[in-house]
Amino acid sequence: MASTKGKTAIELNVKPVYLESGFEVNPVYTSEDLNIGNLQNEMPGEYPFTRGIHPTMYRNKPFTIRQYAGFASPEETNERFHFLIKNGQTGLNVAFDLPTQCGLDSDDPKAFGEVGRVGMSIDTLDDFEIAFKNIDLDKITVSLTINGTAIILIAMYIAMAEKRGFDISTLRGTAQNDILKEFIGRGTWIFPVDTSVKLVVDTIEYCAKHVPKYSPVSVCGYHIRESGANPVQEMAYAFCIAKAYTDGALKRGITIDDFASRLSFNFDIYGNLFEQIAKFRGGRRLWAKIIREEYGAKKDSSCWLRMIAGGGGGGLTKEQPENNIIRSAYYALISALSGTQTMALCSYDEAYTIPTEHSAEISLRTMQIMIHEMGICDTVDPLGGSYYVEAMTDRFEKEIKEEMKTVEKWDGIVNAVANGKIQESVAKQAYEREMGMQKGVIPKVGVNIFTRKEDVREVEFHPYNQKAADEQIEKLKKIKNSRNQSKVDECLENIKRDAKADKNLMYSIVVAVKEYCTVGEIVKALKEVYGEFKEPIFF
Amino acid sequence: MKVLLSKPGLDGHDVGVKVLAHGLKEAGFEVFYTGLRKSVEEIAEMAVKVNADIIGLSILSGTHLIIAEKMNDEIKKRKLNIPWVVGGNIPAKDIASLIKKGASNAFVTGTKVNEVIEYFKKLK
Repeated sequence: MASTKGKTAIELNVKPVYLESGFEVNPVYTSEDLNIGNLQNEMPGEYPFTRGIHPTMYRNKPFTIRQYAGFASPEETNERFHFLIKNGQTGLNVAFDLPTQCGLDSDDPKAFGEVGRVGMSIDTLDDFEIAFKNIDLDKITVSLTINGTAIILIAMYIAMAEKRGFDISTLRGTAQNDILKEFIGRGTWIFPVDTSVKLVVDTIEYCAKHVPKYSPVSVCGYHIRESGANPVQEMAYAFCIAKAYTDGALKRGITIDDFASRLSFNFDIYGNLFEQIAKFRGGRRLWAKIIREEYGAKKDSSCWLRMIAGGGGGGLTKEQPENNIIRSAYYALISALSGTQTMALCSYDEAYTIPTEHSAEISLRTMQIMIHEMGICDTVDPLGGSYYVEAMTDRFEKEIKEEMKTVEKWDGIVNAVANGKIQESVAKQAYEREMGMQKGVIPKVGVNIFTRKEDVREVEFHPYNQKAADEQIEKLKKIKNSRNQSKVDECLENIKRDAKADKNLMYSIVVAVKEYCTVGEIVKALKEVYGEFKEPIFF
Repeated sequence: MKVLLSKPGLDGHDVGVKVLAHGLKEAGFEVFYTGLRKSVEEIAEMAVKVNADIIGLSILSGTHLIIAEKMNDEIKKRKLNIPWVVGGNIPAKDIASLIKKGASNAFVTGTKVNEVIEYFKKLK
């Protein structure tokens, strides 16, 4: 038989294969498909970090396992922290309820039925003080999954530390604080797009100057992909978003090396295994080049694409849910082969129910089996040098760059989000994907192929705890009655004054939360100055 | 036939509702969408304004029973004769309660777009 070298699918009489990102995969890859320069020169821990950001990666220390958890009240969260510390854990992702995320107090009529439902409810600094009571802030790193009201919650975390006499220059922690992706997916925006970006930039500037160990932003390609973007767009839009924050921060007179190493990313994994790996390797190289070549960063750590990459909920199915255990194991493998810093997996049953302790344990064990039995930590970037993976890595770097140019043609990410351009394009893709699944063009095991008759699985929610919600409202009432009202009013006026003067709002918000101004009051004050986002209606 | 799709409450998950909007549009419906975080008052008002034949409420945060009750009150208060359905993360055991609260039907996640289209066609 003749050689398959350089032959196309048609020439070899096999069916053409296209990745979700839209480009074709060759049936065979050879050394001729490689950029020999990249291959010979790239080393893990060296710029442009295609092969990983550290020289020895997991041989030195495996990726961090960080499972997501939400607790209803500050009191429960505090109990959970004590439990975790006792068991040797050091980090926790904190989820917040929707009123907190949307800037409403627990006693707001619009919050009815939502208080404490999907996470912890925060009205005032008092709630933070309860949640972190007797917790040594040195011993844990707290990740705040908050966006629209992130500037207020970060201020509360800092204010709590300061009130305790903690030196904030050593305070660690992270916040999601990626508002631009909220306009594309997830939807907890409050203010107009440009104002929203300004608030993120305020936190970056403030942290760079006063809380340098704190990671104020985690840019989320994850939710963009879950909203319908393909892998190339996921990376491209995330990079455009990160650049928008970066550009804003640089205008404040701080340098790229003052904050770039504190920016991190949150990405999605589902679908084609090699496509995801190439996406991360190519993306890591491109991000390093952007930070060094475009922004002139001197420090290597500024150029690192630090990421949490875990199993995407979008890949999991309600049908034959045990299959999700297998899918998640592959997602974990992809994440590790891509050189992630932190990993989190969805529970196999969370598409339809509250994950049980058992299913949460399976997720944890999936990652532990990989670390301890599969030799995944033995050598850095084990796929480096693979003809296919290297060729695809180059292709992804190029394609992500191209997609970023498309966003530039749309007048940049801020405008593309404000006028709904991005939302329109991802919603259309989500529809096409769903139709592809429903028509069986996109194969999904247990859904449109290899199906079997199954019992209907009951969807379950945590029962809503009205009593806890009432207690939260009661607590808020007490705080409101006990604070110095004239000081509260003054603080809120100062926030409005600073907003009008386009000053960094972190300073006045830190002062305001110390006087127990509520999340809702601060948001209301800001709305008076900035107005609210008007959602462009696209589908 | 005019359909108003809506997102009541604070839940921001809108992938599903937009997929349905696309599907309905392709099937020949005239589709309107409220956008996120609307009150039942705002939804009812828009339904009247666009002269909707049917209203769809997309809810994934678990607040469907609370919102259905409010929706029912609002429809009655305005003496509207517009059927409304609920879609999203709905436990099967809640479908009967939703219907009792005035919904014409409820569609759980995973429902095929065509199934909803067929149901809407029959309503007319």
